[in-house]
Amino acid sequence: MEVQEEMSKDLSTHSAAVKRRMSQRLKKRQAAEKRFQFYGLAAIFIGMMFLVILFTTIIGKGWPAFLQTSVLVNVNLDPEIIDPTGERNVDKMMQANYTKIARQGLYAELGGKPKNRRDRKLMHNLLSRGVDVQIRDAVIADPSLIGKTVPIWLYAHGNVDALLKGAIDRNTDNSSRLVKDKQIAWMDKLVAEDKMVKRFNWGLFTHPASSQPETAGLGVALIGTFFMVIIVLLLAIPIGVAAAVYLEEFAPKNRITDVIEVNINNLAAVPSIVFGLLGLAVFINFMGLPRSGSIVGGLVLALMTLPTIIIATRAALRAVSPSIREGAYGVGASKMQTIFHHVLPLAFPGIMTGTIIGIVQAVGETAPLLMIGMVAFVQDFPTTPMEPATALPVQIYMWATSAERGFVERTAGATMVLLAGLFILNAAAVYLRRKYERKW
Amino acid sequence: MVATHVVESKAPMLEQTNDLAEAETTNVEPAEKSTKITSEDVCVYYGEKQALFGIDLEIPENSVTSLIGPSGCGKSTYLRCINRMNDVIDICRVTGTIKIDGKDIYDPSLDVVELRARIGMVFQKPNPFPKSIYDNIAYGPRIHGLTSNKAELDELVENSLIKAGLWNEVKDRLSGPGTGLSGGQQQRLCIARAIATKPEVILMDEPCSALDPIATATIEELIDELRSNYTIVIVTHSMQQAARVSQRTAFFHLGKIIEEGETTQIFTNPQNEKTQDYITGRFG
Ligand SMILES: Nc1ncnc2c1ncn2[C@@H]1O[C@H](COP(=O)(O)OP(=O)(O)OP(=O)(O)O)[C@@H](O)[C@H]1O
Ligand SMILES: [Mg+2]
Repeated sequence: MEVQEEMSKDLSTHSAAVKRRMSQRLKKRQAAEKRFQFYGLAAIFIGMMFLVILFTTIIGKGWPAFLQTSVLVNVNLDPEIIDPTGERNVDKMMQANYTKIARQGLYAELGGKPKNRRDRKLMHNLLSRGVDVQIRDAVIADPSLIGKTVPIWLYAHGNVDALLKGAIDRNTDNSSRLVKDKQIAWMDKLVAEDKMVKRFNWGLFTHPASSQPETAGLGVALIGTFFMVIIVLLLAIPIGVAAAVYLEEFAPKNRITDVIEVNINNLAAVPSIVFGLLGLAVFINFMGLPRSGSIVGGLVLALMTLPTIIIATRAALRAVSPSIREGAYGVGASKMQTIFHHVLPLAFPGIMTGTIIGIVQAVGETAPLLMIGMVAFVQDFPTTPMEPATALPVQIYMWATSAERGFVERTAGATMVLLAGLFILNAAAVYLRRKYERKW
Repeated sequence: MVATHVVESKAPMLEQTNDLAEAETTNVEPAEKSTKITSEDVCVYYGEKQALFGIDLEIPENSVTSLIGPSGCGKSTYLRCINRMNDVIDICRVTGTIKIDGKDIYDPSLDVVELRARIGMVFQKPNPFPKSIYDNIAYGPRIHGLTSNKAELDELVENSLIKAGLWNEVKDRLSGPGTGLSGGQQQRLCIARAIATKPEVILMDEPCSALDPIATATIEELIDELRSNYTIVIVTHSMQQAARVSQRTAFFHLGKIIEEGETTQIFTNPQNEKTQDYITGRFG
């Protein structure tokens, strides 16, 4: 009691100088806090600004890729051209001259076949070079159409598409313009008749590689990425979690485990191209796995993801309260039971988060895939991971290096697809974490 | 229900708190009990550091033995030797012998897991599993295969909760989370969890230190009831608690047992000066 009184007296009798110093200090401290808050806000603002700039440019450039100009053409599926013998032999029907059918349809739409060879060529160039495949696929899918005249949406040429989307300026000089005045006149006619329309471009997701932008798609890349994600999931999660559990819970603490631990941390920092070199040397040259196959890509990415998963899992295991372990040991659970019944379930959200971060990294990885030959022009859809495939980021890289105008928007469009995929994965991570954290 | 239960038990407890002499009369044991746990020359090392120095102690069956002493004197360390909980600490080394029913528990042929099932433990901080109340209790019996069907398990869970005095409070929410209970309820849940594996010995390390006086009183009453079927060893920092619940008391100081004997004798007529100083609050 006495002591307290003494102290309060002491406080109230600070000399004027001490009081002044105290108030100065207080002001300084408050100023410092304000300043720090300002720095924080400024940093966040700058970060957000870059993010906004990034997204607006990508989306601004990429959204036209999701639309594709098509021409509604009434094509006469002439049996004389498609199947002159009438035996409906698929192999022979595949060989037919569908381009001719498409062109005849287009002549009909635009008031007859131009007499002049130059004009004919101009008219042909309104359509994509890939239209024969479109008609062929329709015929093969339903041979009963043969002999009928059916309306089909055929892809317009990349330059036509570009002009309609405004990427080619129609007011420039005819001689230097990629789309000539005559073509523009035909286009205007078709547009006026609602026969030339920008439609949603499903082909972006389903088509394989192509040298023309209008028929180029992410189909093969999506399949390749899908295979690789599956391989990474199947390999990296069990191996990574098992390694982490062993290192964290069972391994004796000695020099060897110290060295292993340091090396795992180092592996996480190894440049990804090194993993590509390793994949090339070990999986392709030594083990003889197929070049460009998504199996090799999956293996390389799994190796890359392992350290991330191990580190995240160990951190999650360490974060589980020791009292839970003690409780489990206390009722006579063995070490295995304690870990599998109590520790791992509690660590699960953390493991999930780390794993998905690792997979997101892997999905966005390009460099190692270049090393193992996944940068390829693949037109056949892979049905197994052993067949050549590409991956989303690699496809973006390849399109970015293509010259045609149509590929510029496709590059941005594919980037949007990749970002959307990564965003979904991240959202899944957040959802899973919340779900399992909220449980108790 | 809860309220009346607590009020009933509170009155006698409070009386005892202030009257150690009365504790003397209530805690007298008529007959000499056989020894359940025998420790001989138990030494414990944490790495280089020695925490226990030659502990010799006999703990009688079906009674409460309390371990008291200043912080850091090795009470928890000794308690954890009895169910070999120290095994999970890498740097910890135990020498000497501890026998339960005459059998050395540090015998290499003995299975630690089986031993821990026979010796329940309740910790300082309530640590229910983040599972349902039912699963908290059922976990031990399940992993040890104590029951053969769901009905038996249900009954075991119910009995354990009844014994721990928690049944009436939780019977309607057995599937609710164990971590959703109050601190005192959680601690009783942990006691029920320890009882469920049908142990012979229950070790309690400051089971009431995180609880308020009413929850403490409930648990002390529970300990008193459990005494007829279990051998209980309790670490406590509360002299009153030791006096109220235990029949025997061991006073630890700096890793050694300074004095050990009947609780009434320790509290009314300590032989050692340090014991005297400690229980009267002059140090510790
Ligand atoms: N895991 C450990 N590693 C190293 N030293 C330890 C460990 N646990 C306990 N010790 C040491 O052993 C000695 C005894 O500790 P113990 O926990 O048994 O004391 P206590 O009597 O239970 O104390 P309190 O009453 O504070 O719980 C202390 O000096 C402590 O520092
Ligand atoms: Mg302790």
